[in-house]
Amino acid sequence: MLILTCPYCGVKGEETEFHSGGEAHLKRFGPGSSDADFEQYLFMRENPKGVHLERWRHANGCGKWFHAARCTVTLEVFGTYSAQTTEPPQHIRDAISARRPGWTWREFS
Amino acid sequence: MSTRLSSGGRLVNRGKAVEFTFNGRRLKGYEGDTLASALLAGGQMMVGRSFKYHRPRGLVASGAEEPNALVNLGEGGRFEPNQRATTTELFDGLTCTSQNHWPSLEFDIGAINNKLARVLPAGFYYKTFMAPRAAWKYLFEPIVRHSAGLGRAPKDRDADRYEHFYAFVDVVVIGGGIAGLQAAKAAGAGGAKVLLMEQTPHWGGRAPVDGGEVGGMAAGDHVTTLVNDLKAMPNVTMRTRMMGAGVYDHGYVLGYERVRDHAPDTPGPRHRLWRIRAGRIVTATGAIERPLSFAGNDVPGVMLASAMRDYLVDYGVSPGDRTVVVTNNDDAYRTAIALKHAGLEVPVVLDARAAGGGALAEEARGLGIRVATGKGIAKVKGGKRVTGVSICLQEGEGAALEEIKCDAVAMSGGWSPVVHLWSHCGGKLIWDDMQAHFRPDADRPPLGADGAGFVIAAGAGNGAMDLRAILADATGAGTAAAQETGHAGGETPVPEVAAQPEAAMMPVWLMPQGAGPDLRMKAWLDYQNDVKVSDVMLAAQEGYESVEHTKRYTTLGMATDQGKLSNINGLATLASQLNAPIPSVGTTTFRPPYTPISMGAIAGEARAEVFQPLRRTPIHDWHEAQGAHFEPVGQWRRPYCFPRGGESHAEAVRREIDQTRGSLGILDASTLGKIIVTGPDAPKFMDMLYTNMMSSLKPGKCRYGLMCNENGFLMDDGVVARLDEETFLVHTTTGGAEHIHGHMEEWLQTEWWDWKVYTANVTEQFVQIGVVGPNARKLLDKLGGMDVSKEAMAFMEWKDGTLGGFDARVFRISFSGELSFEIAVAASVGRAFWDTLLEAGEEFGITPYGTEALHVMRAEKGFIMIGDETDGTVIPQDLGLGWAISKKKEDYLGKRAQTRPHMADPERWKLVGLETLDGSVIPDGAYAVAGGHNANGQRSTQGRVTSTYHSPTLGRGIAMALVHRGPDRMGEVIEIAKLDGSTVSAKIVSPVFYDPEGEKQNV
Ligand SMILES: [Zn+2]
Repeated sequence: MLILTCPYCGVKGEETEFHSGGEAHLKRFGPGSSDADFEQYLFMRENPKGVHLERWRHANGCGKWFHAARCTVTLEVFGTYSAQTTEPPQHIRDAISARRPGWTWREFS
Repeated sequence: MSTRLSSGGRLVNRGKAVEFTFNGRRLKGYEGDTLASALLAGGQMMVGRSFKYHRPRGLVASGAEEPNALVNLGEGGRFEPNQRATTTELFDGLTCTSQNHWPSLEFDIGAINNKLARVLPAGFYYKTFMAPRAAWKYLFEPIVRHSAGLGRAPKDRDADRYEHFYAFVDVVVIGGGIAGLQAAKAAGAGGAKVLLMEQTPHWGGRAPVDGGEVGGMAAGDHVTTLVNDLKAMPNVTMRTRMMGAGVYDHGYVLGYERVRDHAPDTPGPRHRLWRIRAGRIVTATGAIERPLSFAGNDVPGVMLASAMRDYLVDYGVSPGDRTVVVTNNDDAYRTAIALKHAGLEVPVVLDARAAGGGALAEEARGLGIRVATGKGIAKVKGGKRVTGVSICLQEGEGAALEEIKCDAVAMSGGWSPVVHLWSHCGGKLIWDDMQAHFRPDADRPPLGADGAGFVIAAGAGNGAMDLRAILADATGAGTAAAQETGHAGGETPVPEVAAQPEAAMMPVWLMPQGAGPDLRMKAWLDYQNDVKVSDVMLAAQEGYESVEHTKRYTTLGMATDQGKLSNINGLATLASQLNAPIPSVGTTTFRPPYTPISMGAIAGEARAEVFQPLRRTPIHDWHEAQGAHFEPVGQWRRPYCFPRGGESHAEAVRREIDQTRGSLGILDASTLGKIIVTGPDAPKFMDMLYTNMMSSLKPGKCRYGLMCNENGFLMDDGVVARLDEETFLVHTTTGGAEHIHGHMEEWLQTEWWDWKVYTANVTEQFVQIGVVGPNARKLLDKLGGMDVSKEAMAFMEWKDGTLGGFDARVFRISFSGELSFEIAVAASVGRAFWDTLLEAGEEFGITPYGTEALHVMRAEKGFIMIGDETDGTVIPQDLGLGWAISKKKEDYLGKRAQTRPHMADPERWKLVGLETLDGSVIPDGAYAVAGGHNANGQRSTQGRVTSTYHSPTLGRGIAMALVHRGPDRMGEVIEIAKLDGSTVSAKIVSPVFYDPEGEKQNV
């Protein structure tokens, strides 16, 4: 049972308060997109052993979606941040780098 | 013969006798006994039979690691199988029975398996499961069904109460032995808020039994001092009878407190599950002695040396009159010495080490005990009880040097730290060559949210094996735990411990070392699951070289004791067969709970009416008072029908439909999801949510809409009303309100966060009542207050107004095909409005109807139901709902997915109606069969039934089905499989069975 901190309401909560929403920073492809792009968007997911960026919702709390950066191996949480961004902000990247120098995830590092 | 000695037993109160029964036999014990010690005191060494061969099994251990002494405990609502006699405290009136035998413990038919052992080798179950079907059906299943299964499942409702308890502390210390007490003291003195738990009723663990001198006093007295010190610390909470059941992510710990198992007639919960968050967890879980693998090591009377010592010192019980001690380390000499001091015979100590032992061995010799070094047991004699042993050279092949008569054997194969809790959440182990055991690797602990280790092992549980090392280790662990949780830590002194040097142990994985096949197939590793040395060797020969494969092939360690005794011996046997070092073979995974915990504790208070919250509409009480038959819909209970007099459910449904179609029905539709979507960008957002064009909907109008997920699959449907330019009221299915609201928020928050849209789930703010039937308008006219005429309110329009003095919003929509209004009023006046409608409707024979009538009427009209016609793989195009998909919109959720080749495939199963030729009702979920068979030998299918009912209106069975190219095959007759293997012929028809022109609702 993870502990996460909701960046909106500031509550540090048990995992049961939250709802996991899968991979973060997906780029939506809609009508007119190529089969390859659409497949990538709809089905292809990162499955890293290490740093991962995920979406979570404070479902039994303020109801807000947010992002979390964490390690899938050690379950270390590097930080949580706004859902209203297309990429991890610099302070999150720095927090990850401090613990996992040289990390990469998709096009981010 | 095991018996109670005339004196001794530090934990029993000889002044208070306690009566209990075992297999109907009345026995006496003392207050403070465990069931195991009382059974032994009553001469009952044999306590059960093994799982596979049904061999007689006796007590082996004295604690949680006991593999054999599992009993059926209690009766009726307090019956519980598989309870360990060693961890069951005796109480007056306890009743228990032994398990795994038929017809009796003494004479058991299943023991025939023992004679068949040569044809039931390792992998029997594995191979059996791979066997052909026929062999299973006629040969294996009848045998396995009769003989498998441990204990019996309880039949009655649990008579007890259970509860959950939440705790947040700096430091949890698991284990109340001398190490745990010392660690708790150091952590507490260091300023931390500490919770200390001990699974037994007593503090101190092995120290009071094993002796030694701490701080100038006996170890047992030092324990008392420590306990008193801790009790005086306000920041330390202490709990006995509480096991650390599991360690989970980020410092989450489950504590399993057996509040009154020992006193069933006292008030309060039986068990309490503590759900704890801790900054640091100190595992002071001690160590467990290992058996030695020699032939006949499972004969009742063969026990762990430490367990024998416990029974003697703690309970004043001697397991036998003449005990042979066999060991590979110094600790077992303590047992020999204790037996001698109690006046019992110890004919010999067999020490497998050629060089023998240290100071303890000298002490034993000094008491006149014969010590034979370099020797071991070739074979134990006896069936239901040890009668003797034959002695051999440990380095030989088992040639008997001497026979010795005895009625008990105390064995010690060394000690394994209890690493379970350390390992539950990913703590890694390191192999200790000196002690021949795995212990926690302090450099690779389980990691918390901040990336730092959150478990600290201490004492024997950390591989510290003598008292001095244990106390130093525990002090360090407690101090570190306090410091790492942000406290000063302080300087807790390590008490002085009198030195007691021991000679090194010698790993012995097979006794004698060169034991041949005959001896190896009588040398047990896993007592409960009947796994022998020979089985593990066979597994290795057959290629099951991974420890996880060997475990599953042989069932080693898969019994209810989870390999607490067998683990290391099994690994070592596998390693030796593979010629590999033990650490490279590795261990199997340790999973919580440490020992089984009750289902009641897991459920806690969540049972019966509080199992999950029940949502009630404001009219719920009325439904209950009418004797409605309810069905669960999401977290709601909705009336299925309202039977009157002696009506059957089917008769009630039929009457409700007839009355509704004939005159006037009324439906509590309040559970329907209601979500407000508002804001300048709401029209744009609604166009993305729905397949229809919602932005073109005019205020005052309603539109039926479909919602798909991004995969293109239909997820919800319902009527949307446009309240004003910026505001829509979305109706969802009863079960869909929460997740559809969540779906909206997900898209608004994570994709279109710049759109100005606000959503609110107002489901419970309104009561919504369907007034349905040809007399619906007459009823509303009678109430008065607003014009609901055809001219003033056309089909699919809504209006705000008053009805009979109630502020109401009236929607002219229909899910039944009849003239129908859905009226929403504030929830607070919902019940009053319902009563008003009933009273005013009396002259029309107003009839409340339930969900079944609703379903039948919608099926007669060919309306789909989410969850019946859809199952997460169905797209609107499959259901003939192409008309509700906008061709003009560039985009909506699911649009791109619906152009994928499989979605656009004309070969998909599509919605049609079915009419059986004989008028019968097709079974629910039936398949339409096609010619031929598929690759699995099953009949090929060409469709499936999604809804099926008896239609009172049509007087026949009707069904909706998804059929291969269905709409192109109107009039064709297909065969639908029934449960008995026969088929029923059905004609493919339009799914709209009733009033296809819609004349009834357009009045
Ligand atoms: Zn929040």
